[in-house]
Amino acid sequence: MSLIPSHLQLNHQGQLRHFLTIEGLSRALLTELLDTADSFLEVGERAVKKVPLLRGKTVCNVFFENSTRTRTTFELAAKRLSADVLNLNIQTSSTSKGETLYDTLRNLEAMAADMFVVRHGDSGAAHFIAQQVCPDVAIINAGDGNHSHPTQAMLDMLTIRRHAGGFENLSVALVGDILHSRVARSNMQALRTLGCPDIRVIAPRTLLPAGIEQYGVRVFNDLRVGLRDVDVVIMLRLQKERMQSGLLPSEGEFYRLYGLTRETLSLAKPDALVMHPGPINRGVEIESEVADGPQSVILNQVTYGIAVRMAVMSMAMAGQNAQRQFNQETKHAIDD
Amino acid sequence: MKALPDVAPLLEGMAADLIAYLSLRGIEDPAFVGIHTGGVWIAEQLRDQCLPDAPLGTLDIAFYRDDFEQNGLPPRVRPSELPFSVDDRNLILVDDVLMTGRTIRAALNELFDYGRPASVTLVALIDIEARQLPIRADVLGTSLTLPADQRIKLTGPEPLQLTLNPVTK
Amino acid sequence: MRLTIEGARVIDPANQLDQLTDLHIADGLIVAIGAAPEGFQAQQHIDARGLIASPGLVDLNVSLREPGRTRKGTIDSETRAAAAGGVTSLCSLPDTLPVLDTPAVAELILERCERAGHARVFPFGALTHGLDGEHLSELVALRDVGCVAFTQGLAPMKSNRILRRALEYAAGFDVPVVFMPQDPEMAEGGSAHEGPTATRMGLIGIPETAETIALARDLLLVEQTGVQAHFSGLSSARAMDMLANAQARGLRVTADVAMYQLLLCDEDLEGFSSLLHVLPPLRSKTDRHALRQALQSGVVQAISSHHQPHEQEAKRVPFAASATGISSIEVLLPLAMTLVADGLLELPALLSRLTCGPASAFGLPAGTLSIGARADIALFNPVDASLIGQNWISKGANCPFMGKGVPCKVTHTVFNGKLVYQA
Repeated sequence: MSLIPSHLQLNHQGQLRHFLTIEGLSRALLTELLDTADSFLEVGERAVKKVPLLRGKTVCNVFFENSTRTRTTFELAAKRLSADVLNLNIQTSSTSKGETLYDTLRNLEAMAADMFVVRHGDSGAAHFIAQQVCPDVAIINAGDGNHSHPTQAMLDMLTIRRHAGGFENLSVALVGDILHSRVARSNMQALRTLGCPDIRVIAPRTLLPAGIEQYGVRVFNDLRVGLRDVDVVIMLRLQKERMQSGLLPSEGEFYRLYGLTRETLSLAKPDALVMHPGPINRGVEIESEVADGPQSVILNQVTYGIAVRMAVMSMAMAGQNAQRQFNQETKHAIDD
Repeated sequence: MKALPDVAPLLEGMAADLIAYLSLRGIEDPAFVGIHTGGVWIAEQLRDQCLPDAPLGTLDIAFYRDDFEQNGLPPRVRPSELPFSVDDRNLILVDDVLMTGRTIRAALNELFDYGRPASVTLVALIDIEARQLPIRADVLGTSLTLPADQRIKLTGPEPLQLTLNPVTK
Repeated sequence: MRLTIEGARVIDPANQLDQLTDLHIADGLIVAIGAAPEGFQAQQHIDARGLIASPGLVDLNVSLREPGRTRKGTIDSETRAAAAGGVTSLCSLPDTLPVLDTPAVAELILERCERAGHARVFPFGALTHGLDGEHLSELVALRDVGCVAFTQGLAPMKSNRILRRALEYAAGFDVPVVFMPQDPEMAEGGSAHEGPTATRMGLIGIPETAETIALARDLLLVEQTGVQAHFSGLSSARAMDMLANAQARGLRVTADVAMYQLLLCDEDLEGFSSLLHVLPPLRSKTDRHALRQALQSGVVQAISSHHQPHEQEAKRVPFAASATGISSIEVLLPLAMTLVADGLLELPALLSRLTCGPASAFGLPAGTLSIGARADIALFNPVDASLIGQNWISKGANCPFMGKGVPCKVTHTVFNGKLVYQA
């Protein structure tokens, strides 16, 4: 018996109306997203960094997990689209008083929010909201549990496209805690969809999830073998808790084996890009000199993040608008 | 139904009119701004014919259209590029076909997000007299009326030519 | 009350009966099959031509929720749901509030069930007080009041030593123990089967070894103590191997699998529907296949619903945060009939897995149509498709099969010789 529901993220014309996961999106759609983001980059270089696309719309940032950096880039992106922005940091408000996720969001919807940007600790939270709570409000996933962080993946893709030229002949390595990383999952999917032929993951076995081969990646436990001749290195953040739960003996051993230093970076191509979703742990997964060095595009990633989020928000809003019009037209056709 | 005019003679007339207009108004050191795509081609021609040293910028008004709610984002957005400062500059805004006036409104809004121009002179190749906003060209190639089911389009860049297309829904 | 059921295809696997014939009932018992007894005048006739008459189903794993969790279900509502599904005997789990660890709670449940009058409950008592995994319950007192077996459910025991002693004690009084093996530390934090699907969905996985490690320990202690053991709700292919092995070695071990585990697998989790959040989790296609094979071969002799109704709020949250369990007792039979449609089991074999198979695990006086047996009968139409969810009775609507069509419909349920359900 199959219980798989039909595609949630797209409207009747295949346009984006929620942005929940890279999975299920076509190469054409991802490319359109990157192209749109490119145009928004130019907006960020003007004196007035605003365009009126989302004027009169209300965007709510609903963050159940603390994250100043992601929340501020979404806020900036929404404001540059001329939207009104509400920031909700839920630790301090209603759900700590026992209000359910369901009720919190329904109340916000009732206040005529047009878009929710949601970050939540549970995998599938954004899906849950799009499917069961507010299907008529555009839902943008700002990270759900270990599952997906699609805007991060797209800004990483934009970075790669702008600095390494394209995806066709590229070799990309993801290094570190793949097991707990929603960034890694979304990046692997995006790279694969965009046609990257050589995607590598480099990690100790304890930090690799079951069935990782399904992403079409090559697995390495040895950094010095895995990094050979790669064009792009994406370092993942290692959280302190991993040492407590028996996954790793110490930060020191992790750094010796998997840390990106000038020495290990030299194994990659001489002009290889150094990327990191942030925040970086200097001396744990990456050497300071590398993070600040000439091959690092870590700060560019932040700039691109605003443009990518502007693209995602405007495309999703357009898709919701079209869906709403379609629903009204169909309704009228039935009523006539 | 009378044939569509050739573009080249229209451009010659516009070039002359433009120089006269600029002189009459005392407009000095202007910069050209062409609206993608047809307006850019026309702007290039006029710039080359009238003021070959004047700078040329290109504008994509996609993010300033007033129909986002109904029609979403247009399929291809090219970045706008203005290689000069807009502040206190005299601008010559160029479009190929002036219809409702909404494109020009969007272009003006966008220009003012770059800075505060000293003046904006509007140049259009064709006015099909279907305006919905009080916007008129300062320098015009010619006016035309079209049947309701027809649209006019400028093809180019070489050769520049006007064609008629039926309206697509 | 004298009742005659006419013209049904009567299938009673316990007595190897499969025949178009009549059933005659009086004073709550089956008095004749075939010709009516001398002078028998039925007060009620059921025209059962085109229907199948089976012993009322025996469901070995049901959460009635009452006492204490009545937002999710009550004895009245859930036994009524059972009756609508042709289930006339059911074993209830002890994880109520308070836990069924004293005779008073057992008596309360038995009494309320009798008062409701829809089905009969054979309660499982808690193996330890409050299911704390440490302090043995008064097994004999509970047995004497009506508990047919004892279990921890998914609650862990504090140590192997304590478990061994509990099993020794139970074996000494010949009371069976029901196991639902899950190593708590291996399963900690997990909500889905550890594998490619959980990885893709970012869900923390529960590895197969969470089940097999606990199962191995349980089987070894069963062997050491000689306790009669029943394993409820095993989910993995490896567990099936271990079970078959234990049976081949002569251990007294029986097993049931959850109906939904025979139909679903982890691939169905796409879309994050919390309706599919269950413990143990839905495992891989290979595991599901092995469960079906074990059912076919008889290593697993019973199918149970693992009925766990929930209020809407418990499921209306993201996947991992949702309560576990599926509400499905009223569709146990229709869902099971898909196994016949798939060619896995012939109809009589399927019915044995739902009647005498489960009953024999605990020697329950149920699951047969013998002369003199209680008249608990399910009548169903094997070709009349029905839509799951029309006239839903259980308090819990948490059923992922809602809206699906199934190839059969329960038409009548007779309990204690009385018609307690009619479609």
